[in-house]
Amino acid sequence: MQTRQPLVQSSNGAPQLSNEEIARYSRHLIMPEVALDGQKKLKQARVLTIGAGGLGSPLALYLAAAGVGTLGIVDFDVVDESNLQRQIIHGTSDLGRPKMESARDRINDINPNVRVETYEEPLSSENAMEIFKDFDIVVDGTDNFPTRYLVNDACVLSGKPNVYGSIFRFEGQASVFYAEEGPCYRCLYPEPPPPGLVPSCAEGGVLGILPGAIGTIQATETVKLILGIGEPLIGRLLLYDALGMRFREMKLRKDPNCPVCGENPTVTKLIDYQEFCGIPQAKAQAEDEVPEITVKELKEKLENGEGISVLDVREPHEYEVANIGARLIPLGELPERLVELDRDTPLAIHCKTGGRSANAVKLLQDAGFENVFNVKGGITAWSEEIDPSVPKY
Amino acid sequence: MPKVKIPTPLRQYTGGNAELEVGGQTAGETLGNLAAEYPDLRQHLYTGDGRLRSFVNVYIGDEDIRYLDGPDTEVSGNDELSIIPSIAGGRCR
Repeated sequence: MQTRQPLVQSSNGAPQLSNEEIARYSRHLIMPEVALDGQKKLKQARVLTIGAGGLGSPLALYLAAAGVGTLGIVDFDVVDESNLQRQIIHGTSDLGRPKMESARDRINDINPNVRVETYEEPLSSENAMEIFKDFDIVVDGTDNFPTRYLVNDACVLSGKPNVYGSIFRFEGQASVFYAEEGPCYRCLYPEPPPPGLVPSCAEGGVLGILPGAIGTIQATETVKLILGIGEPLIGRLLLYDALGMRFREMKLRKDPNCPVCGENPTVTKLIDYQEFCGIPQAKAQAEDEVPEITVKELKEKLENGEGISVLDVREPHEYEVANIGARLIPLGELPERLVELDRDTPLAIHCKTGGRSANAVKLLQDAGFENVFNVKGGITAWSEEIDPSVPKY
Repeated sequence: MPKVKIPTPLRQYTGGNAELEVGGQTAGETLGNLAAEYPDLRQHLYTGDGRLRSFVNVYIGDEDIRYLDGPDTEVSGNDELSIIPSIAGGRCR
């Protein structure tokens, strides 16, 4: 067995295990790689997970069951129906509860020996260093680029390993970014994709089991780091393809020019990550520049027979889930199908929440259409404000 | 011809194909030919001035071309090129 310096040293002040704990951790204690000393290290360890969502659920469940002594969780979300397909730390009876509370109850039930430290606030450049400082390892279970870069930079600046996982549809990535010993996330991806090139709703989604696969890999790496056993994923990017059921592995190298962990770092304190990822500007561009119509206004116009037609630019599989009887032309097909539209009738365009339809309105304006409006909030707003019999997805 | 593995987020621009055989002597030429064949893919791989985007990494086998000869890295018929973009999650807005 390969051994490394464990991240957590078991010292004389190390916690003792009660008889209940010895019985509970029996399957660990009989393995020489863990044994009593390793189980004490786990008990002494302080692990921070960012997010109690898809990745955070299996992570927190397994780390708690394994006997990690202190679990910090940062999340400020509320449990919603659309979470339950993959966020297995929460149940149907938790709908509407803060994820923090639901996660804590579940962890306490699995293992009351675990101390849960909750941070019910968004992770930000202002609070990250302060929250990170008391933890040994940070596990990244976020779902967006600004927080990913924030977690990376804060880990580099505070010298902590960042156990990384990321998921998309049927594919996942995992690695351990630990600048003290190898590359960081910025060595791999110096910059985030501009918001316009991030996959949109049309190709979003995730197989519910996928975060289970990646989250348990992250939990495994976390435990290995605590115990100092095996080969961590430092310097390796693990790629998982659930459809092909293949694992692949890419070599990662530390970039000497990395702006945060390189030889001459230019990022020496946390920055504004929303701005770094170009988020406010992009939103303003797409959604604010086009004429809008609210769902209430649209309903009135339709009822008064004001001669407005409605166009749905989502994908056919979304239309099948929920529709308001509008004509369907997916955004991707719109450029070739403009001839099918009547230029003289006002046109309200909707999608799921208003992003794709804003682009569709722009596209039609550029093609010379004058009376086109973006339905604010999309079919989701229609379901919430006009007709709750239309399912929200 | 070298094989190019297309990641999920980019498959919508390659007619749904997950793997394509594309001619080329170097990594750069292969990707250029790929983008020529699937023009919608171009803006996702290249910046306006024709450089590979920094959130798109290209590997030959398990090696990042940035640590070989970059786009000039020679490829042979048996090589497998992988495009690995950064992904953040399956959230939809």
